[in-house]
Amino acid sequence: MEYGQVLANGLMLGAIYACIAVGFSLVWGVLNVINMMHGSFIILGGYLTFFAWLHLKVNPFVSLLPVAAVLFALGYLIQYALINRVVTRPVLTTLTLTFGLDMILYNFMNLGFTATPRRIVLDLGRLDLGGVILPLDRVAAMGLALVLTGVLYAVLRTSRTGRAIVAVRMDRDAAALMGIRVNRVYAITFGIGALMAGACGALAAVVFPITTSVTGLFLGKAFVICVIGGLGSVPGALVGGIALGLIESLAGHWLGPQSAILAGFLIMLVLLIVRPTGLVGKKGYE
Amino acid sequence: MKRLPYVLFALWMLALAASPFLASNYIVKIATFLAMYAALALSWNFIGGYAGYPSFSTAAFFGLGAYSGALMQNAGLWVGAAWVGAAIVTTVFAALLGFAILRMRGHYFAIASIALVEVLMLIASTWAGFTGGGEGLNVKIMPGGPNYIGRVFLYTMLCIMLAAFIATVLVDRGRLGFGLRCIQQNEDAADMVGVDVTRYKTAAFALSAVFCGAIGAAYASWVAYISPVDSFSILLTLKVPVMVLLGGPGTVFGPVIGSAAFVLMEETIWAKFLDYHQAILGVIIVLLIFFLPGGLLRLFSRRGAA
Repeated sequence: MEYGQVLANGLMLGAIYACIAVGFSLVWGVLNVINMMHGSFIILGGYLTFFAWLHLKVNPFVSLLPVAAVLFALGYLIQYALINRVVTRPVLTTLTLTFGLDMILYNFMNLGFTATPRRIVLDLGRLDLGGVILPLDRVAAMGLALVLTGVLYAVLRTSRTGRAIVAVRMDRDAAALMGIRVNRVYAITFGIGALMAGACGALAAVVFPITTSVTGLFLGKAFVICVIGGLGSVPGALVGGIALGLIESLAGHWLGPQSAILAGFLIMLVLLIVRPTGLVGKKGYE
Repeated sequence: MKRLPYVLFALWMLALAASPFLASNYIVKIATFLAMYAALALSWNFIGGYAGYPSFSTAAFFGLGAYSGALMQNAGLWVGAAWVGAAIVTTVFAALLGFAILRMRGHYFAIASIALVEVLMLIASTWAGFTGGGEGLNVKIMPGGPNYIGRVFLYTMLCIMLAAFIATVLVDRGRLGFGLRCIQQNEDAADMVGVDVTRYKTAAFALSAVFCGAIGAAYASWVAYISPVDSFSILLTLKVPVMVLLGGPGTVFGPVIGSAAFVLMEETIWAKFLDYHQAILGVIIVLLIFFLPGGLLRLFSRRGAA
């Protein structure tokens, strides 16, 4: 039963991790940009949700939508005004740029919100499945994370915008020749990345304490998940996220919580060396 | 005409070396930082500038040097020997690791190099019995009083800076620099025409580690206390490439100019706005990327340094 609990914790973590990584993976796959701001977007979403809950008494699962919309607008603007200008330049340039933008965002979040850890306490009770205890707020967060990931998958598969995004990922020039406005698609993609991060932040605030000093940790997890699952696809992020959730849960159980993060990173480094396309990734996305 | 930059560099070194006789201890500290960051920037330039690999592992080498130096010193080794030992440990580590992660390109390499910093930091903070864990590690304070210590570390950093500079000049003029520039322009083509890319890249990665290791160890002895978060600082790992980009990547003098401009800017402007330290760094990065893509050196020479 002990392992039942560990597995359940791993799955609950994993669903949220999948949601964390899916936007990051999309931006990386389509724009070929590593968005170093992803961690800060998550925390920003978490903070907005927290303050809406604290001051306006809005349920975090409700404020998720407006928070996601705000993050989408922010992401769209950043990509449209700044990153689009250098998007074809080498990795060092785009990565350094998003790193620099992250410093600005991080600095102002730190000043505005201070680094005090904050957590939304919902207390929905808990479910007892034959000794495996599932807090209901976590279960709800997990369910919503899976729903969000599923919605993104459906949007990419079926909507016009979604098909345009996939087309640009496959071949930017051909897509441009077919009349797709690539710069706009880039901005929308980056906006979606930020939106997913914001929504995740809202969910994460229910599960973990939110503070500015964990932005790097979330960003690191997004890296690890992308590498484990493979890049640029929703199923890849889902597999990677759940794998990381289980890895951390098991490593935490066997070796202690500090080693859980280390285990994730080490597995990532090994996978990078042995199988850089990820567990379900395809070759060809540099 | 071609000699002018070298003369200016020599004068700059002399000015830094003369600072203890002319100015206060505060200025000596800044001179030490100028030498230290110049050496770090010159180191990063081998892999990031010449080979064009987006490496963010400066802090990994620096921190590894700091920890191995401190541990050797605490084990009773003479200070200088500990520094040399730390440089060797770091170089061997970089060469072995480079062999594995240099097969990746672009984003994957960038991520692996950042992850390296995180992994080492986590190890340093978890392995409490050996590294002191999150509480950090005390290093023996050098006897002799602040004036004497200030000079010792200034001259140590200057020596490392000079060594890094000489190595850069040799690489720049030699086969290695030529091969690395080929790799930067088109790695597959370089491979095809017979450049041993794996060996060249590993050499560049190891070169970028050796001075960082020595500096880390010297820094640990200087401040006499190290902790995982300070040693494996993600800020350091970003600052150093930015310095090189500011000066001009893939050039001999770019890293020196860039780091000097950066450190002086940090001391004069940022010191007044402590709350906005990171935001200002971010703004500088954004401006640099949009308005100064070739670095400061480009402003001086029309030949360019891309």
